[in-house]
Amino acid sequence: MKTIENKRGMLITAIIIVAFYLFVAISEPLAPSNWSMLFTVLKKGSIYALIAVSMNLLNGFTGLFSLGQAGFMLLGAYTYGILTIPVADRASVYQYFDGGVVQFALPMIVAVILAGLVAAFFAYLIGLPVLRLKSDYLAIATLGFAEIIRAVFQWNVLGPITNGSNLLRKFPYFTSTLSYLIVVGICVAAILLLINSSYGRAFKAIREDEVAAEAMGINLAKHKMLAFCISSFFAGIGGALLAMYQTSVQASIFKSAMTYEILLIVVIGGIGSISGSVIASFLYIACSEWWLRFLDNETILSTAGRTRFIVVMAVIFVALLAMMIFRIVKPKNKEKKRGRYITGGVVSAGVLVWLAIFAATGATKVPLLRNGFRMVVFSVIIMIIVLFFSQGLMGTKELPDLFRKRAKKAEKEAAK
Amino acid sequence: MSAVLPYLLSGISVGGQYALIAIGYTMVYGILRLINFAHGDVFMVAGVMMVYLSASLPLYISMPLVLILTVLIGFAIERVAYKPLRSAPRMSVMISAIGVSYLLQNLCAYITGGLAQQYPTVPGISNTVTIGNATTKVVTIVTPFLVIALVVALVLLINHTKIGMAMRAVAKDYDTAQLMGIKYNAVISATFVIGSFLAAVGSVLYFTNYTAVTYTSGAMPGLKAFVAAVFGGIGSIPGAVIGAFIIGISENIMKGLEAILGAMGLSVNVGLATFSDAVTFALLIIILVVKPTGLFGEKATEKV
Repeated sequence: MKTIENKRGMLITAIIIVAFYLFVAISEPLAPSNWSMLFTVLKKGSIYALIAVSMNLLNGFTGLFSLGQAGFMLLGAYTYGILTIPVADRASVYQYFDGGVVQFALPMIVAVILAGLVAAFFAYLIGLPVLRLKSDYLAIATLGFAEIIRAVFQWNVLGPITNGSNLLRKFPYFTSTLSYLIVVGICVAAILLLINSSYGRAFKAIREDEVAAEAMGINLAKHKMLAFCISSFFAGIGGALLAMYQTSVQASIFKSAMTYEILLIVVIGGIGSISGSVIASFLYIACSEWWLRFLDNETILSTAGRTRFIVVMAVIFVALLAMMIFRIVKPKNKEKKRGRYITGGVVSAGVLVWLAIFAATGATKVPLLRNGFRMVVFSVIIMIIVLFFSQGLMGTKELPDLFRKRAKKAEKEAAK
Repeated sequence: MSAVLPYLLSGISVGGQYALIAIGYTMVYGILRLINFAHGDVFMVAGVMMVYLSASLPLYISMPLVLILTVLIGFAIERVAYKPLRSAPRMSVMISAIGVSYLLQNLCAYITGGLAQQYPTVPGISNTVTIGNATTKVVTIVTPFLVIALVVALVLLINHTKIGMAMRAVAKDYDTAQLMGIKYNAVISATFVIGSFLAAVGSVLYFTNYTAVTYTSGAMPGLKAFVAAVFGGIGSIPGAVIGAFIIGISENIMKGLEAILGAMGLSVNVGLATFSDAVTFALLIIILVVKPTGLFGEKATEKV
């Protein structure tokens, strides 16, 4: 816990967050059109951040291993979609179901909150039988519920409400990135306040040791249910935002693969770190959607460009390989990190072989680059992070902890 | 009865294929306490390899080759992705499994171009036969017998050989097993080898039935096989097999429930087939709530 005040860290963090919001607020209306990818990433990243934080609240802070997040997102997305499609458009959206049975439209914000409430309500119903289960059994049961919910929403009999397996569309959505960021910001702040309250401390106690927590007078059933419902509430809101981002909703995208993706983000960020989850979401989305995008295109270089490409890549990866070999031969202060360096060496050697083939064949088309290669590289990166940085980016630290003064760090060690 | 027969047959067949995958899950869980999320994808990779190898090689070479390569992949996954994390928290190992699953899927998406590939016809088991009023492939009839033969062989291996004894010992208590001189890593590797081998056999049977292989075709069978393993009591091999048959049959009965009810004179037309996947999970949740360790699971006592 925060045994030592960290005003400096808090201040720097606050400045970073305010600067980030100001940057988005100012740059969005002014930015040239080729910046659009940045804002797409910010939108989707912020939505994933909210969902990852909600999952972290459950998995990281309460120690309940749940894999139902996609199901609660689905509930939120559908609730939002169903309640906000303008009455005039319902006939065309629900064309196979005579315009559907819902014949009113709610304001956006009301619908977003209702999306969260519906998800939380279902979480309550599901939690009654399921929360008695332990660890892996809880995970598989919640995963099962998510799959059942997905099937129910694709059921034709419920078509007048859910539009069966057809798309829900034409509902209003936020156009500016800032609105997504503000909604997400409010939700994440609420979760942070919760975690630092007495409830949050109870959650952490349950995570550390259920039996001890119960002995200290914490009502296990009540607190587990509370964490489950709150987490689902925010997942529902995240689902509603995702619906807005995609401008359409279809049950078939909320597969268990989506839950795994979010679990990956939580782990990459560090289980038990809110700021870790947020940062990891933005990085994850930026990598998968933007920075690695060039790997998906068949690239044909000009002769000059080709030479430059080969030289630059060769310099980078020969340097990397040399560094790795040096570290393998002469390990620094007895650290047990040889695996890291060997993997790094193998990866850079692989890239060099690939480059040598490219250089030798004399082709102008960069080999291997075609549709799907981005995701291969991306998953290799994820594997490397998972294997060698199993603490995640932040471990259990939060952003302010990074800006602690050195002296205070030592003091903290002493306090332990 | 005649209306039920085709669904029952395909249920038994699919159940047998799930059983072969489920054994891999249940054995790994029994020893490592790890949900090996990548197992379903190993099954899919076996299918994809078969497609590509049989295109250039005759079947009597490509089929054994697929079995061997799948075993090697299973072995390599354990060595590269799980072994370095032996002392890490359980969560990390599971995340690593999810990462491997992600990698295998993306790799296959890249190789196949994301398109469904036609699985080669295997002579003998791809032919159709007619039983009563049901027309089906020979593989449907062969599967349950093959599964039972393999399971009997496996149970004999576990109960009557030295490596089987080592497996049981490690599953019971791995610290003590190590003290008794059991090579922990060799036992785990053997588990993965057996699991991958059975998954490869399962993939030949499964894809002979559903002839399209895509990079996501491992996800659902994998998940269902895992559910079957939990249903039967994870860690128990007979449990996994029985669970898999129950799940395969109930899934297929659900698919044809309206036709079956129709034949009995009850006309229902509400699209119940939508729930053919969901019924699996509903069964799972019911069994977990009633008996949290599954049908044949051992009751674990918690030490405080």
